[in-house]
Amino acid sequence: MDKSPILDVEKLNIRFNTPVGEVHAVRDVSFTMGREKLAIVGESGSGKSQTGRAILGLTPGKVTADKLAFRGQSLLGLNAQQWREIRGKRIAMVMQDPKYSLNPVMTIGDQLLEAARGIKEGAEARQHALGMLASVRIRDPERVYRAWPHELSGGMGQRAMIAMMLMAEPELLIADEPTSALDVTVRLQVLAILDDLVKTRHMGLIFISHDLNLVRTFCDRVLVMYAGQVLERLNAGELEQAKHPYTRGLLACPPEIDHRRQRLPVLQRDPSWMEPVQ
Amino acid sequence: MTDWAIAATPPRWRKWLLAETPQSRLQARLSRAYLSWVAFARNPLGMLGLVIVAILVFLALFAPWVAPHNPLAGDLGNRLMPPGGTHWLGTDSQGRDIWSRIVFGSRTTLLIIFMVAITAAPMGIIIGASAGYVGGKTEAVLMRLTDAFLAFPKLVLALAFAAALGPGIENAVLAIALTSWPPYARIARAETLTVRSTDYVAAARLSGASDVRILFGHIMPMCMPSLIVRVSLDMAGIILIAAGLGFLGLGVAPPQPEWGAMVSEGRNQILEQWWVCTYPGIAISIVSLGFNLIGDGLRDVLDPREG
Amino acid sequence: MKSFLRLLASVATTLLGLLLVTFVISRFLPADPVLAVVGDHASESTIAAARVRLGLDQPIIVQFWLYLKNVLQGDLGESIRTGLPISQELMRVFPATLELATVGTLIGVILGIPLGVWAAVRKDTYIDHLVRFFGLIGYSVPIFWLGLMGLLVFYAKLDWLPGPGRLDFGYEEIVTPVTGLMTVDTLIMGDMDLFKNALGHLILPASLLGYFSLAYISRMTRSLMLGQLRQEYILTARVKGVPERRVIWKHAMGNILVPLLTVIALSYGNLLEGSVLTETVFAWRGLGLYITDSIFGQDMPAVLGGTIVVGAIFIIINMLTDVAYRVLDPRAR
Repeated sequence: MDKSPILDVEKLNIRFNTPVGEVHAVRDVSFTMGREKLAIVGESGSGKSQTGRAILGLTPGKVTADKLAFRGQSLLGLNAQQWREIRGKRIAMVMQDPKYSLNPVMTIGDQLLEAARGIKEGAEARQHALGMLASVRIRDPERVYRAWPHELSGGMGQRAMIAMMLMAEPELLIADEPTSALDVTVRLQVLAILDDLVKTRHMGLIFISHDLNLVRTFCDRVLVMYAGQVLERLNAGELEQAKHPYTRGLLACPPEIDHRRQRLPVLQRDPSWMEPVQ
Repeated sequence: MTDWAIAATPPRWRKWLLAETPQSRLQARLSRAYLSWVAFARNPLGMLGLVIVAILVFLALFAPWVAPHNPLAGDLGNRLMPPGGTHWLGTDSQGRDIWSRIVFGSRTTLLIIFMVAITAAPMGIIIGASAGYVGGKTEAVLMRLTDAFLAFPKLVLALAFAAALGPGIENAVLAIALTSWPPYARIARAETLTVRSTDYVAAARLSGASDVRILFGHIMPMCMPSLIVRVSLDMAGIILIAAGLGFLGLGVAPPQPEWGAMVSEGRNQILEQWWVCTYPGIAISIVSLGFNLIGDGLRDVLDPREG
Repeated sequence: MKSFLRLLASVATTLLGLLLVTFVISRFLPADPVLAVVGDHASESTIAAARVRLGLDQPIIVQFWLYLKNVLQGDLGESIRTGLPISQELMRVFPATLELATVGTLIGVILGIPLGVWAAVRKDTYIDHLVRFFGLIGYSVPIFWLGLMGLLVFYAKLDWLPGPGRLDFGYEEIVTPVTGLMTVDTLIMGDMDLFKNALGHLILPASLLGYFSLAYISRMTRSLMLGQLRQEYILTARVKGVPERRVIWKHAMGNILVPLLTVIALSYGNLLEGSVLTETVFAWRGLGLYITDSIFGQDMPAVLGGTIVVGAIFIIINMLTDVAYRVLDPRAR
């Protein structure tokens, strides 16, 4: 598989103007990725979601970067027309909760068709949509096609969401906490679907999550973010050798089934983690 | 940049009101009110509304000294004079100075809205608080009554009441109050439902306080803040209904100046002597706008989500 | 079905409440309820007959029952001024009010919705403040005064529009009333001059009501829009590369259609109320002018008859807006 970089981010900064002053939500974040599964892990407020949105030009904050390029094309300062060429068609995003991220007054079918506007029309588009629904392992694509979002369970809705985002066959998919709103059993199914689709379509996947243990088995590489900065970057297989105390703290948090512990360790925050990273 | 309202507070009070840990419930409540005030003061339009209402109150209080002429008796030789000279806004068909009548009319306006407030609010509180406190069938019936009245058209019903009761300011006030109380009943009931299961109400009951005493002494006071806010939000509408009643001749008896009635008086002369009905209407609009601005400002402070 | 029946029951009890209020007004408020019905100048026999008809010697409950029976059969009594049955007179004047309220609401919808959307999309810019202020004036200005100002400026000073009345003075008698709507009737008659005249007379009062409707509708639309633009499905649509115009007018708008419909219905009801003072200013022979003329003429039965009609329509509109949610929202099915 071609591992040359498709996304190149250099010193990305996102700032927000709030009534209490300027908030520097993302600070000098740099990374590159190819057609692989990259995880961005962090807690709420770490800036991971905003990073994902900035790649699509959909963050309300002010974006500055030395470089923000997708397949050589810069994503900085694009106009609406240019963004329309990229969004959905080359980069797409799956969000956390289909209860909110699907339009309640449009059928699933209509929402899928909309994703392919300008690319496929009429009966061809419909066939394509049904095919996408089948590829996310929905057993009765016709029924889901005609359904309203509130008629679907969480897992089905999220799969429909994935199908929708892949309609225009993008090369990069950003998944912002795609399984956080799902039951644990459904979670694994959806992850398996994502894994399969990303592999067969040679896509890049950015998996944003707060759950380090979830991504270590699923993704190829991991970026750990804290307070807007990238603290550590590792291959998923090397997580045990993580050096930064924050990462080590995250790894130590969840209970383990195979050995006893008197007390669960609590993450001790060191204020020095907020300092600019060298 | 500090809020001007904080900067304008005397330092001693400022320290007490902004204390991190209030020492008494009174301090906590006043502190919260103070912070709401500071937030409100940030809104220039809300402050404009406050200024307008302050001017209204000022004019009403000091009318005899502010008004240059007698509002009740006019010089018939000076009928329908255009604005200018000693008559800043002109004179009406009886030679009375319009500006003076507007100034004295502010008293009527203030009186009406004040009387409506102290009539409608208690009506609403008693019905709503009783409903919320007693519960059961009584609550259902009272709330059904409230919902019915809420669905009635306010202006038309006030007209019907006022027409039946006859002219006079008390009748106009009663007519308006009879159509304004339902929202207050709703609010009072909602507040009562929250308050009635609190510890201090239970304590009061245990120490032998009767239900009536609890209702009037403990529960109704807790409804006051929300009610005061709601009343201020309703003020603009009440002013417009009162003006409408005045326009139709229901309300204050002549020659007492009332802005709505003044507009009606000027109707016949509108083509040539337009000032007679124009200026009173402007007065109504400005005061109503003032209350609306305050209302919007209050809403922004209390429920900023509305954008 | 059950909730529909519950709604019907709710409407029925509220209407009953309205009739109870009007009953109380007619019997208890005036000094002499009989004189309030027959007028000060009635003869002894008329008074005696009225006393029996009103059942004043009967217990209150019976009186109320008689009252209810009459009203529900369409008998609202006779007008003191004209002696004619009030329900007949109300039916004669009602279309004029309908004409005003309908055109006014149309203006409010056609202008108010886009303004509200525009203000929401450009939140906190000067456009937003302008639209909000424009609407705020509509909440602050007395409608009767603005009507007078409109006449002053457009009729008296500029001579762009005709004056009060539905047609130029004296012409109303010429038109054969088919629907009661002056614009429609003159069209039916084929008289283009009269039609243009009617249209001209309609503009000012309808625009006045339209402004008030616009103030309300634009404010609500803005508020509803802002509520939707915050939602995550809007982000989804943008991620898909949907053009912003479609995001607003298909996605967001689609989600506020139902509440907006109820806003429009409520605005219609408000305009029926607003027409009372508007018609007075413009000498527009509709329900509102009928009520105010009755007030001036101390014709209480007519006032109450008009109140019942306006009140009933207002109540029905208010309560029916509840149904709209249930029927039209796919989530509730």
